[in-house]
Amino acid sequence: MSTVVALARAEAVSRGVAQPISTVRHLHIAGRPLVLVALTLAGEANAPLAAMVGDAPESGHLLVVNQPRNRDQRFAFAAELAHIVVGYIESFQADAGMVRAGGRGEERRRFTDAPQLFVPNPATAGFVRLLGRSTRFRRPTGEYAVDPAVPVLGRWLTFLAERTEVPGSCLLLAATQALALHWATGQSAVEDLNLAALMGWIDPPAGLTGEQAALAAEDPVTWPPAGPATDPTFDNEVLAPLITACSRPHRSPERQQVAVINLRNALRDQLTPTWKLMWRAIDLLRALPAGARVAGRWDSDKDAFTGYSEHLRDGGPPQPRRDSAVAAASRLNSLERTQASYAAQRAFDDPLVLAQYRLTGEAFGGVVTAAEPDRVDATGKRRKLRPLITVLTHDPFRIDQGTAVISPARPGQSARVVSVSGEAAAASVVLELAGGMGRALTAAPGSVPAIGERISYTTLTDSYQPRGSFPDRADTPWTHGGPPPVYVPTQDDVTEDWS
Amino acid sequence: MSARDLSAAAVDEVLSLLGGRDYRGVVVDSPPGAGKSELVVRAARELADAIEPLIVIAQTNNQVDDLVHRLAVATPALAIGRLSGHDYQPAPLVSQHAQVRVAQQVRDLGGCLVIMGTAAKWATVSEGYWRWAIVDEAYQMRSDMLLRIAPRFSHGLFVGDPGQLDPFTTVEVERWLGLTWDPMLSAVAVLLRNNPDLPVRRLPVSWRLPQSAAGVVAEAFYPFSGFVAGTAAGERRLEFTTRAFGSGAVDEAIELAAETGWALYEMPARQTIRTDAEAVAACASIAERALQRGMVARSERAPGGETVDPGRIAIGTAHRDQAQAIRARLGPLVARGVVVDTANRLQGREFDLTIVLHPLSGRRDATAFHLESGRLCVLTTRHRHACVVVARAGIPELLDAHPHSDPVHINVPAKFPDGWAANHAVMAHLANHKVRSR
Amino acid sequence: MNAVEARLDRIRGRVAPKSHNARTIAALTSNPGCARRAVMDAAGVDKQRLASYVGFPARFGQSQFAIGRGNAFESQVKANGCAELLRLLREQLALAIPEVSYDNLDDVGGNTSLPVRHARTRALLARAASSAEDAGTLFDHPLLRLEVGGRPVYLEPDLIAFQLRGSFHVVEIKSFPVIDGQADGDKVAAAVIQSAVYVHALRGLLTEIGIGQHAVSDTVVLVCPENFANRPTAALLDVRRQLTVLRRQLARLDRIEALLDVLPDGLTFDLEPDAGGVPRRAPAAVADAIGLVEARYAPECLASCEMCFFCRAEARGRTVSLGRDVHDELGAVDEVSIVLGLADGAAEPSVEQAEAAEMLRAAARLRRECLGDVA
Repeated sequence: MSTVVALARAEAVSRGVAQPISTVRHLHIAGRPLVLVALTLAGEANAPLAAMVGDAPESGHLLVVNQPRNRDQRFAFAAELAHIVVGYIESFQADAGMVRAGGRGEERRRFTDAPQLFVPNPATAGFVRLLGRSTRFRRPTGEYAVDPAVPVLGRWLTFLAERTEVPGSCLLLAATQALALHWATGQSAVEDLNLAALMGWIDPPAGLTGEQAALAAEDPVTWPPAGPATDPTFDNEVLAPLITACSRPHRSPERQQVAVINLRNALRDQLTPTWKLMWRAIDLLRALPAGARVAGRWDSDKDAFTGYSEHLRDGGPPQPRRDSAVAAASRLNSLERTQASYAAQRAFDDPLVLAQYRLTGEAFGGVVTAAEPDRVDATGKRRKLRPLITVLTHDPFRIDQGTAVISPARPGQSARVVSVSGEAAAASVVLELAGGMGRALTAAPGSVPAIGERISYTTLTDSYQPRGSFPDRADTPWTHGGPPPVYVPTQDDVTEDWS
Repeated sequence: MSARDLSAAAVDEVLSLLGGRDYRGVVVDSPPGAGKSELVVRAARELADAIEPLIVIAQTNNQVDDLVHRLAVATPALAIGRLSGHDYQPAPLVSQHAQVRVAQQVRDLGGCLVIMGTAAKWATVSEGYWRWAIVDEAYQMRSDMLLRIAPRFSHGLFVGDPGQLDPFTTVEVERWLGLTWDPMLSAVAVLLRNNPDLPVRRLPVSWRLPQSAAGVVAEAFYPFSGFVAGTAAGERRLEFTTRAFGSGAVDEAIELAAETGWALYEMPARQTIRTDAEAVAACASIAERALQRGMVARSERAPGGETVDPGRIAIGTAHRDQAQAIRARLGPLVARGVVVDTANRLQGREFDLTIVLHPLSGRRDATAFHLESGRLCVLTTRHRHACVVVARAGIPELLDAHPHSDPVHINVPAKFPDGWAANHAVMAHLANHKVRSR
Repeated sequence: MNAVEARLDRIRGRVAPKSHNARTIAALTSNPGCARRAVMDAAGVDKQRLASYVGFPARFGQSQFAIGRGNAFESQVKANGCAELLRLLREQLALAIPEVSYDNLDDVGGNTSLPVRHARTRALLARAASSAEDAGTLFDHPLLRLEVGGRPVYLEPDLIAFQLRGSFHVVEIKSFPVIDGQADGDKVAAAVIQSAVYVHALRGLLTEIGIGQHAVSDTVVLVCPENFANRPTAALLDVRRQLTVLRRQLARLDRIEALLDVLPDGLTFDLEPDAGGVPRRAPAAVADAIGLVEARYAPECLASCEMCFFCRAEARGRTVSLGRDVHDELGAVDEVSIVLGLADGAAEPSVEQAEAAEMLRAAARLRRECLGDVA
């Protein structure tokens, strides 16, 4: 939470509509995303009740579990969902190319595009994770056989759910989070978790203020919850009688069919408003111009997708239930590097994000008031071009002398704070520049900031951080419990109850 | 038993556990100023005397250099290796010892029985095996660091202060909560969860904290182990060489602190931004006044008294911008040596007089960051003589209004001391040492 | 009945006080700074009914599916003299329980009045506690008593207190799942503080009969379904921190006079029902009365208190409605209109607002710079 964002919320209250907190879009929005809205039965551990899924607004496919506590019906639901979702994912495995990537620029194979799953909120991402967990250990053969697509669905859903932990990853997006990254509403973050209320602020219907639209959106009768939790009153007054009707024995086939149709219609009515809202949200996000570094992060997502496709193709095991010590430490290391990089990239792509750091003293912006573009440093063995510029800033300046800073306008050029003068509200900062000016001792035109240019600098960097080194799994030290047992698929995995 | 005897007995026991070889590791809890560095040096000496190759791991370059220096002084004949990163410049503290060799690779330190370096550097070393490792500040080292270094040694002595700031991460994931090898936990926490039979001992005496502080600090921040002060009441005194002119609240606070070891300089209750100008000014004024009054510290170290010069005074805050604002207000006194920093950066340091801007001052609501017991513990355990806490009124009320809605996780032991309870205990104590600013 | 109780009765009006349970007592810790909630809870006001009456009904219904599952799971755990529970205690928690007897304290020979059931619970627990045998006993449906705000509250939990080597452990059965060793942190937190209420009450009881509170362990047993099945699993949870908080909050509630003293003497939330029981008092008048007791609204109230929509409407235009963290970042300035006035320089800051104003102006300048004239 930054003062700049907090102020945007206050402005939203006053103006009656959500205010932008970014100037570009920081997420990749796929050309053909797969939208999933899901409902679960209250009181159970992730028991699917119904879902609507599809890759276009007019192709929403409805899946319903007539008796949500019935194991066979659950696996039938999983199989039906698997054919849709896995089919969608595998459609992206047709096109691949060779690219140079990674710290050492080695050549590797990468699919030209990747799937993107869009869900309404983080709770539905949790549903995806748990559904992946309850299906990825199943087998298509043996006593408890399931449809072969089910364990494949489980592994893909688990893969996607784990990617949500990676800062900047866009393979599985929650609409409320994606929207809240770009707009500030006049309500609280807690209320922003309600997709209909959030959209009410961002995109209010004609004649209503954001506040009025959000208030209307809180009525579960006109705006059913986005899920996976259902509204308790709906459960008690509508759902329970319909489910009872479907599971009553000795009914004529016609009566049974009517009961099923009634249940399906009721659940479709619960899902459809959120379904439509999702596609509107995607349109709103797509309308924003993409930040310069979004494509690069999508490349990383494509690498991850390619890597996991290869893992599955080679018959790799399902993801373990919990991380081993080495896997955990290694993953934390990776997440920390990615988080730092993601924060820096957004600041570089977007002056409004950089503004947050300008208020905390990790960045500053202003006007160039003096420049020595031809200054040469002759102290070392070789003469080096080291221009000096002076920037006048009104931002609170708190960077120590000697600190390295970078300008988003010239990311390939490094700068060092030489001195600061003036008072708090108007500081003159002298910077020494290096690099990004060509190889000669005269700077290439435009590579040195000129007098009068508006410019900003930050201590954030997106430089390549090498991966830490970790022992092999078999060498897990005694301090952390020693080497973990090798994974052997057991009967427990297959027979695990899903009731 | 005198404090000295208590302390010596504890150290002897630890060393005999090390020598006994019955355990792969020994953990030593060391409250503030309890002689942790002396223990590390003694243990290193004993192991070196027994020709046991060992490595010593500390968390910062300053900590490593300090230990290198102390060990070099204690054993002049010992060849000590200082393993360093590529941008490390040897401090005079280290380079003055001819027996110390500095290098970036272990292979260039062959012949050194003892090799010392930071955890970050040791984590990049992937070869070599030593019988012994001594890990300093093991409670402040994160367990993923330990995972990377532990393959280098067979047995370990882990020393640290459990009451101070825990290691942290900015990554917010829950996937490892409950695992005994959760990489976000401290090294000691993971070590003990996976090896619960390892002996844990504590150093029972704080040589830094005065008698006036030991009791309240032990009760608030070390509820299960406790400790005593190494000096008796009256052995540590602060006196003034000048009298107060007029009787302002600042003078009253300094005098109360000098007399009792504590003072709470309380400003009227108000919600403010972090860099509350009145609080910033108060912290600076108290430091200025203490120097103006010519404070003299008498202690067992200097029975004749020594002047409290600027370098012996520190002002501690929770946030960097607060420290910066106070430095700006102090002006030239900073150059003269007064230390102003956050709790994170004050860890391990010691002063005669400290001034603390209370983390909860001026706030409407407490957050986990501000309630964290380690933060307040660091801030209130830097002093040898007296501590003045600067705060706006209303902190006990804020604590009482605090909603307790933190999530609880299975298989994650409850964290003690509880920051909320520790804050209440400290405020209850300070209530008896209150000076109102106006 | 003392003066405080009389006062609380007047405030509540002519209805029976809503009975407390462990959940509502635990909720005392969720927003202790709110005087409105403290007064209403102490007086036993039906907050849901009151909120509906003034036009702000809360939505805290429970799905019958969840209720059904909860009951079914509890029955399963307790079936056959708590066979499943005993298996868990033995296998999973490695508690050596040699002989176990099962006592259903619900069965008091037809007389189900609360004081009688409570007396029976006291007697049986006293006998068990003073028994020299190393026997384990499970007590089902014990009835505990706790003084809250000077009034006795009977707690009838689904807990089972069992005795192991002279020490009583509270057992709490919940139907949210533990998956791969992890459960929803908020749900576990709620279970833990409710268990602390039972531990506290049980300690009170044992102290009363002269046994002492250390006979009740501060480790509770939480029983939940494991993974996606209905088989139960158990976990041990330490409730010492929650006990500290609870004791302090209950003590504050005892000093409710301080809150009542600042309220007008005639304050009441009575709905003035007529002979047929139909309320006649104008909702606006009731709303005014509620407004006389200060609230401490934060968006977190939306998940935990039936008055939330009323208080949210009241907080309209104040920065706390945007979140505690936002209120903090806006320099602790209370009103949105003042924030905006300070930010664009239209409002003259008071002495106390000077620093906040400077920060807000800088933030506004940066937003304008980046968004152009649109900002």
